[in-house]
Amino acid sequence: MIFGKIIGTVVSAQIDDGIKGRKCLLVQTCNYKAQEKNDCLVALDLVGAGVGEVVILSQGSSARQTEITFKKPVDAVIIGIVDMVEKDNQITYKK
Amino acid sequence: MILAKVVGTVVSTRKEPKIEGIKFLLLEKIDPSNMQGKKDYLVAMDSVGAGLGEIVFYVAGSSSRMTDTTEGKPSDATIISIVDSIDIAGEYVYKK
Repeated sequence: MIFGKIIGTVVSAQIDDGIKGRKCLLVQTCNYKAQEKNDCLVALDLVGAGVGEVVILSQGSSARQTEITFKKPVDAVIIGIVDMVEKDNQITYKK
Repeated sequence: MILAKVVGTVVSTRKEPKIEGIKFLLLEKIDPSNMQGKKDYLVAMDSVGAGLGEIVFYVAGSSSRMTDTTEGKPSDATIISIVDSIDIAGEYVYKK
């Protein structure tokens, strides 16, 4: 899993039937300090994340291992909203 | 899933029999903050009927075989959506 920051939403009427009606968010990947990297992707939201929040992303075939995305054409899902990250006994990010 | 722009089509007459009849499109990945192309290209199978110039997103890896069009086909990138609008922090950066 990797960290990402929600920066926007993507709206689409013409979308695969399997994931129609699901919220697609635009996510910028970031490091454990929540500093953005120069890389954006679209991820399916399973937890109700909003713009500005730092989240955990699951990618690849593992993104299909949830009830909602089972056997659906999805390769990136948001599986959690990050409250806090701690590294070497130091808090590097707090919501 | 990755955002990209349809910049062309790919035609192939001699190909794996399983993928006959499937449309191949040439995609250029884009940076959504300025909607500019990143000069990074790939070929993707189309499952939604995308056309030239449209902004789409595609799914990569084994998940690209999970659409009705590409089930059981040797695909590793499939267009699953034509984008209508993108907003970043409440402001539209793209509208069809």
